[in-house]
Amino acid sequence: MKSLEELNAIRDKVRDTVVIPDGSDKIRVVVGLATCGIAAGAKPVFNAIVDEVEKAGLGDKVSVVQTGCIGICQFEPVVEVFEGGKEKTTYVKMTAEKAQRVVEEHLKGGKPVVEYTIGANLN
Amino acid sequence: MIDNQDFNNVALKDTPFYKAQERVVLRNCGVIDPESIEEYIAMDGYAALGKVLTQMTPDDVIKCVSDSGLRGRGGGGFPTGRKWSLCAPVQAPQKYVVCNADEGDPGAFMDRSVLEGDPHCVIEGMAICGYAIGATKGFVYVRAEYPIAVKRLQIAIDKAREMGLLGKNIFGSGFDFDMEIRLGAGAFVCGEETALMTSIEGKRGEPRPRPPYPAIKGLYGCPTTENNVETFANVAQIILRGAEWFASKGTEKSKGTKVFALGGKIKNTGLVEIPMGTTLREIIENIGGGIPNGKKFKAAQTGGPSGGCIPAEKMDVPIDYDNLTAIGAMMGSGGLIVMDEDNCMVDIAKFFLGFTVDESCGKCTPCRVGTRRMLEILEKITAGNGEMSDLEELEKLAEYIKANSLCGLGQTAPNPVLSTIKNFREEYIAHIVDKKCPAGVCKNLLRYVIDPEKCKSCGMCKRACPADAISGERGVPYSIDPEKCVKCGACYATCKFGAISKQ
Amino acid sequence: MDTLNIKINGRDYTVPTGLTVLEACRYAGVEIPTLCYLKDINEIGACRLCLTEVKGARGMVAACVYPVDRDGMEIVTNSTKIQEARKTNLKLLLSNHDKKCLSCVRSGRCELQKLCNDYGVDTVDAYKGAMNQYEIDDSAPHMIRDNNKCILCRRCVAVCEKNQSVAVLGANERGFNTHIGCAFDQDLWEVPCVACGQCTAVCPTGALYERDETDKVWAALEDPTKHVVVNPAPSIRATLGECFGMPIGTNVKGKLVAALHRLGFDGVYDTDVGADLTILEEANEFIERVQNGGKLPIITSCSPGWIKFCEHNFPDFLDNLSTCKSPQQMFGAVVKTWYAEKNGLDPKDIVVVSIMPCTAKKFERSRDGQSAAGVPDVDVALTTRELARMIERAGIDFVNLADEEFDAPLGITTGAAAIFGATGGVMEAALRTAVETLTGKELESVDFKEVRGTQGIKEATYNVAGLEVKAAVASGLANARELLNRIRRGEANYHIVEIMACPGGCVNGGGQPIQPANVRNFTDLKAIRAKALYEEDANLPLRKSHDSPVIKVLYDEYFGKPGSHKAHEVLHTHYQPRETYGKDR
Repeated sequence: MKSLEELNAIRDKVRDTVVIPDGSDKIRVVVGLATCGIAAGAKPVFNAIVDEVEKAGLGDKVSVVQTGCIGICQFEPVVEVFEGGKEKTTYVKMTAEKAQRVVEEHLKGGKPVVEYTIGANLN
Repeated sequence: MIDNQDFNNVALKDTPFYKAQERVVLRNCGVIDPESIEEYIAMDGYAALGKVLTQMTPDDVIKCVSDSGLRGRGGGGFPTGRKWSLCAPVQAPQKYVVCNADEGDPGAFMDRSVLEGDPHCVIEGMAICGYAIGATKGFVYVRAEYPIAVKRLQIAIDKAREMGLLGKNIFGSGFDFDMEIRLGAGAFVCGEETALMTSIEGKRGEPRPRPPYPAIKGLYGCPTTENNVETFANVAQIILRGAEWFASKGTEKSKGTKVFALGGKIKNTGLVEIPMGTTLREIIENIGGGIPNGKKFKAAQTGGPSGGCIPAEKMDVPIDYDNLTAIGAMMGSGGLIVMDEDNCMVDIAKFFLGFTVDESCGKCTPCRVGTRRMLEILEKITAGNGEMSDLEELEKLAEYIKANSLCGLGQTAPNPVLSTIKNFREEYIAHIVDKKCPAGVCKNLLRYVIDPEKCKSCGMCKRACPADAISGERGVPYSIDPEKCVKCGACYATCKFGAISKQ
Repeated sequence: MDTLNIKINGRDYTVPTGLTVLEACRYAGVEIPTLCYLKDINEIGACRLCLTEVKGARGMVAACVYPVDRDGMEIVTNSTKIQEARKTNLKLLLSNHDKKCLSCVRSGRCELQKLCNDYGVDTVDAYKGAMNQYEIDDSAPHMIRDNNKCILCRRCVAVCEKNQSVAVLGANERGFNTHIGCAFDQDLWEVPCVACGQCTAVCPTGALYERDETDKVWAALEDPTKHVVVNPAPSIRATLGECFGMPIGTNVKGKLVAALHRLGFDGVYDTDVGADLTILEEANEFIERVQNGGKLPIITSCSPGWIKFCEHNFPDFLDNLSTCKSPQQMFGAVVKTWYAEKNGLDPKDIVVVSIMPCTAKKFERSRDGQSAAGVPDVDVALTTRELARMIERAGIDFVNLADEEFDAPLGITTGAAAIFGATGGVMEAALRTAVETLTGKELESVDFKEVRGTQGIKEATYNVAGLEVKAAVASGLANARELLNRIRRGEANYHIVEIMACPGGCVNGGGQPIQPANVRNFTDLKAIRAKALYEEDANLPLRKSHDSPVIKVLYDEYFGKPGSHKAHEVLHTHYQPRETYGKDR
């Protein structure tokens, strides 16, 4: 790394993939894959989402990435969906089966699976 | 089938759990892919290092960190800027930056989460520290029990090196900095900075007397600055957003935020980051969602086995370093364990002391022998054999060990005992004088009794009893023979009519 | 600034800079109790007995390591709070200590016992609770390890690692279960311990002590069929007095002989004869190697701890070792051969008892190749401490004994032999003989002062008959390791090297009288004791081994000349490589 400019260039290039800008049709799905998430079963969830996205032909539109601890232990495994200009959706206590439905209804169909969200699971 | 329309799509940030939080250290955790350096850079990663190397002198950096009011997040709360300023002027051919990731408090996982979720922010903080103090080499001491943290940190170091963010002449500034991971074998005492350095040197992890302080003579005898993961994780943000921004958060003497691992008898367990000065009540009732099963809050333990408990009447004290110390607890590294009315405070003290007894390195007499003797007194009390003089002896030994131990582990080991005696003395007395455990935890002081009024003579308890201690027949209330009872609680769990009680 | 003005217990003192609180307090005549502290090698602040109050410091500070680094420092050493803390500390130590003081080898000379007494510890069981129980390790021929009496001061660990670079002792496990032991809790004789016994000399309690073999001697003395001869090593006369309260460095040769006579030995002889003989053989071996292109440097072989260390760690130097037996073994061999023949005794009926400064001598006498007459050259090797115990038990009023002389014929010795007990002494003695032999001329001065003194490594070059003889002397095995590594790396080259296992040589051997740490830390034991030997040397009429009439008789009557076939049979030995850790030790 020789200069700040070089660093900024990388930042500008990658920024939009991490923070989906308004008006973008891209979707970013993150799966909490810290030790706690993995222990709660997040790996099969992650794999299921990757597989289903692939199967649904959403590969170009949806990126699925691992991330660290989201902080809500008792709700693991946690999956969050980021869409441009929208509040993120937090899915909790996920399973591979639930992931299938999220890909089908939310990522493909555009309609969040409300019953899996944190709002529906708070109490 | 649940109708989707009946529910609002509540965002995580709008949950009470998140609303009161403020994420500085954890800003990227759960957001970026920790194995992608580009994603870290996308979130302004390494911009602080770039700024430091191209626009600031080492003194500027130390001044900025000092002005921010950042204090060591490992537990001691020593001002970070001052720590750096002690090491910076020392002339030596080699200096070191050491990151303490030997997180050992039971129930604490802040450092692990940062390393797993955002390893680059630690690397960046260490490199900035290296520039400030004139060190070219860093070590991260991580417990081997954190394989994913180790793996992600190693990937991060490798990628930073590939990209020239570690190595020679970073940002063309002429500054060289590189780092290595060293694995700890899980000894709690290696979280003590001199023991940690001794361990990095390949020796038995034991503390060394201070002075000489690590700033003068640390790792391999060279001037060394050691901070913990969370401290380093704050640094880049302070540089980028300014000392004033950081100093605007928190209380007068404790700035910024603090990450706590919330656990125990609480609805929402998890990792929370709150501004300093938040009250315990806010954390427990609001963020934590209160105590499950309608039980009553009794106390919270901060600082793990080195800390103390905060009783219900102190719940409104704003949490910062000095307030916690003043009420006999301690900030510690951030473990926060909530206890309810079913927790016996003597048993809790015994648990934490048992932990330090096991983890004592055995070097100095007070900690090696003294803590063991304290534990034996606690065992005597919880077994129902305590005398009032034991309480006195316990306090005497505790004060002796605090004042005379070689390192922080020994000096703080008696804290859980002292703070429970201070806040829950009546529970100790109940154990000693009445031979009763009010919370019904200490087995030897427990008696299971069947209430003949409520007993329906169903016989379920008799069938559940492994010791054949229950007798009775249809139509006659059952009873337990205390001589035979092994206090396993099987009858208590079996009775459908609530006829069995612990006394 | 060279001095600092400080307050100790309310009074003003001016002390030099660079001191610890412990050292500064000595200026005030205040001794602060310690258990773990050994100057330079064990400054670990672990026992917490030396805690003192320093105004402005957080909590109490460990005096042994806390620097006096500012003017106006105020130190309190004896407040009731401090006394109470020390008392609690001692009670805690006692709560996990085998308190069988009455039967303890160190009773009366135990540092823990003394401190308990000083601090008025009025009960030994203030803290009841678990006590660790350890098996006694008696695997080694030279010493016993009884962890039940160990207080974990780690002084043994420090001498073994820092002074000796042997490092077979360390802390195992942790917390309350911490105990001193060898790697993986192996027995001492399963690891590369060299038997130097330095650990036994610094142990404050009865946890480490020499294997007591006095019973064998009492039995032999009582057995009418045995002819029992005794020989004390050169350094014993410089140290034995300490066991009877005499000042360090008092030469008690006459009283030593008188006491040995009173114990009933049939012959009271001097190991110095063995030393003189060693010089003749070794000087000859050296000259031969120089003249015939033999292996150089030649390295001395008098110190059995060093020999075992070399076998474990420097097997590539075994051919450098002189093949000469040590003075103890040469003496024993002469007694069992020449002396036996001369007196018409069966070697089997002779018991050779040597009094040694050294625990490794107990090991040396059982080595292969140390039985010239088919029976061991030496039957019992006692340490200075064991001899003192015998003298005490026999009720001999040592301090008031009138001086007596060694018996003939093995009692006439030279100054060259006397200095064997100090580092550099063997070198100097060998040079006296080698130089005169090579030059054929009498030395103007027999003093080779360059090789004297207590430094760990000494070097000197002497021009001997046109040859620049390069000599090096090392004492303490860490220094020996350093010197040999230099030679290995080709950084240094010598013709002759003297190595003694113990720092300062035999005067500071592992079998010597125990001085408590408060004496050891502030007194240069090895220098004061060595001085007594150099004085003896200066005052003896004969100062060169080859001038000894006894030696002349031995060669005339028995060996012919140094290095003869007979001499090789009786006076020389061989060595074997040993593993460090693992198989085939």
